Amino acid sequence: MTGNVLLSVEDVVVDLPTPRGNLRAVDRVNLEVQAGQTLGVVGESGCGKTMLSRAILQLLPKKAKLGGRVMFDGQDLVSLDRESLRKLRGRSLAVVFQDPMTSLNPVLTIGTQLIETLQEHLELDLAAARKRSVELLAAVGIPAPEQRLTQYPHQLSGGMRQRVAIAIALSCEPKLLIADEPTTALDVTIQAQILDLLAREQQRRHMAMILITHDLGVVAGRTDEVAVMYAGRVVERAPTPALFKKMRMPYTEALLAAIPKLDTAPHTVLPAISGRPPDPTRPIKGCSFSPRCRYAVARCHGEKPELTEAETPAHQYACFHPIETPAAVPA
Amino acid sequence: MMLQSSPSDPLLKVENLVVEYVVGGKTVHAVSDVSLDIARGETLGLVGESGCGKSTLGRAVLQLRQAQSGKVMFDGNELTSMRGEALRKMRQRVQLIFQDPIASLNPRRRIGDIVAEPLVIAGVKDPERRRKMVSDVLAAVGLDPALVMGRLPHEFSGGQCQRISIARALVLNPDFIICDEPVSALDVSIRAQILNLLEEMKSRYGLTLLFIAHDLAVVKAVSDRVAVMYLGRICEVGPSEQLFAKPAHPYTALLIEAIPVPDPDMRPAESVAVGEPPSPIAPPSGCRFRTRCPRADAKCAAEVPELRSVAAGQYAACHYPLA
Repeated sequence: MTGNVLLSVEDVVVDLPTPRGNLRAVDRVNLEVQAGQTLGVVGESGCGKTMLSRAILQLLPKKAKLGGRVMFDGQDLVSLDRESLRKLRGRSLAVVFQDPMTSLNPVLTIGTQLIETLQEHLELDLAAARKRSVELLAAVGIPAPEQRLTQYPHQLSGGMRQRVAIAIALSCEPKLLIADEPTTALDVTIQAQILDLLAREQQRRHMAMILITHDLGVVAGRTDEVAVMYAGRVVERAPTPALFKKMRMPYTEALLAAIPKLDTAPHTVLPAISGRPPDPTRPIKGCSFSPRCRYAVARCHGEKPELTEAETPAHQYACFHPIETPAAVPA
Repeated sequence: MMLQSSPSDPLLKVENLVVEYVVGGKTVHAVSDVSLDIARGETLGLVGESGCGKSTLGRAVLQLRQAQSGKVMFDGNELTSMRGEALRKMRQRVQLIFQDPIASLNPRRRIGDIVAEPLVIAGVKDPERRRKMVSDVLAAVGLDPALVMGRLPHEFSGGQCQRISIARALVLNPDFIICDEPVSALDVSIRAQILNLLEEMKSRYGLTLLFIAHDLAVVKAVSDRVAVMYLGRICEVGPSEQLFAKPAHPYTALLIEAIPVPDPDMRPAESVAVGEPPSPIAPPSGCRFRTRCPRADAKCAAEVPELRSVAAGQYAACHYPLA
């Protein structure tokens, strides 16, 4: 991919020591995000999507071992010292987590948390930071922003808290926002509002975004590119329209098929994916999805497929028997 | 609020149920004048946002929460006035499955004992018989009894724990199960497995289900009829297909619109300024949805809309239902 690459994740590996042995949470992942673009990272719990975001933010658990490079805006974050990282995070690299209750400090008012961020990174004086805070809260759709400054997180609803978390993340005009399951803890009507808010602010600020989710429905209308992760690896990656038009990886297809749809009749048996993801401390020799894959043949169990280029541009998949090609019919 | 699509043979009949509780000196109007029927063998889906009172309603049916007024009739028996042994006996026929499969299993007890507990309470004294029943029901939910009975909950994934919870709910061969968000804590791929399992168990054990969830698509996948709840009141009820194809209540329409569609060509409709639900401590006068409703006017603030028939079997509580 060409263009103005803002973030490039190169061969990133994250190893976590556990009592049961080494757990490879992220396995040789390569990704790029261009300025102003949105990348969706999709996968189930334990697929490594959150560890990947933490690797980008350099917020991995202490014992974790990180390999590869994370190039952000011309700098390699992996080799950056703590002080430079601290300046970068919150300033040009911001994050919104799933649960706003845990990302906000429960004993500080909304105002203190916003103003502190602004003063720390933008060196604004108190009056200017206060004024900016009110503007930010208004921008993320919080009614009566002046009064909210004196409130504590527990006085707000979940949706409002997530709006505050987004306001804090946006406060220093970041170049990249990582939104890690930002709507999973919210009701469906609030989810739509928060996703709209993120999309609107992203366009207005020409900010790049990584939207991490387990829901293919969430990424469909709101991302430029999608990377599907399974067992620590990217197994398919494509521009969003291309992916939904012609997905090649059986896992992506199965993930989409398993979502209940409104247009199917009640009591229709759902095409569930049998079994469950492999134990990450017990690596599988072949394709990690092969034990659950309905197309798998002997080769899939013995050999790991690498990401290969599809005929559609910028589309990659890791599968020996991609969907809808002659090779998909096992001999 | 009387009119309901009255099934000829309701297993469960909820009449004008009111549940209120006091938090910090203020009254929470959790369930306000709710009436529902569930026919034998039917699955009724109950949807609504967090805090709309759907879980409280489920618990009030089981008499785990005291109702202020109203009746709950189960198989012709009035549960609200039942006490002690009689209630305990009746509860064996009604079971509950919770949202968090891991938290709902005692972490220190072995799976075999967890699933056998209802049998112990019900007075099945013969340990061999209990063992056989536990083993049968574990096999029915797709687990290998020999492998799982001696193990502890933490050794299982969320999906497997939910299978164990379902086994525990089934072991007494109940007539009715209340599923309270049974799949919301599970991953997409596991969710489909559990939904399929519930459907399979329903036909195998001849169950009637009250299926509570906030995800409309999940509810539709398993329900014959769906009731939509908003701030303690039922705003619409009807056959699943019909309700989703032609919602009459603006709130139902809003919920349907908010579902993300896995199709990039379907640009998500910019969510209208719908805001958030008001507090159930001070619900709006008249129609409780009026503060978020694009069609609301003075009448909606003054008069509580009754559930009225809008189509065959479909009822909506709205002064200005969608055509």
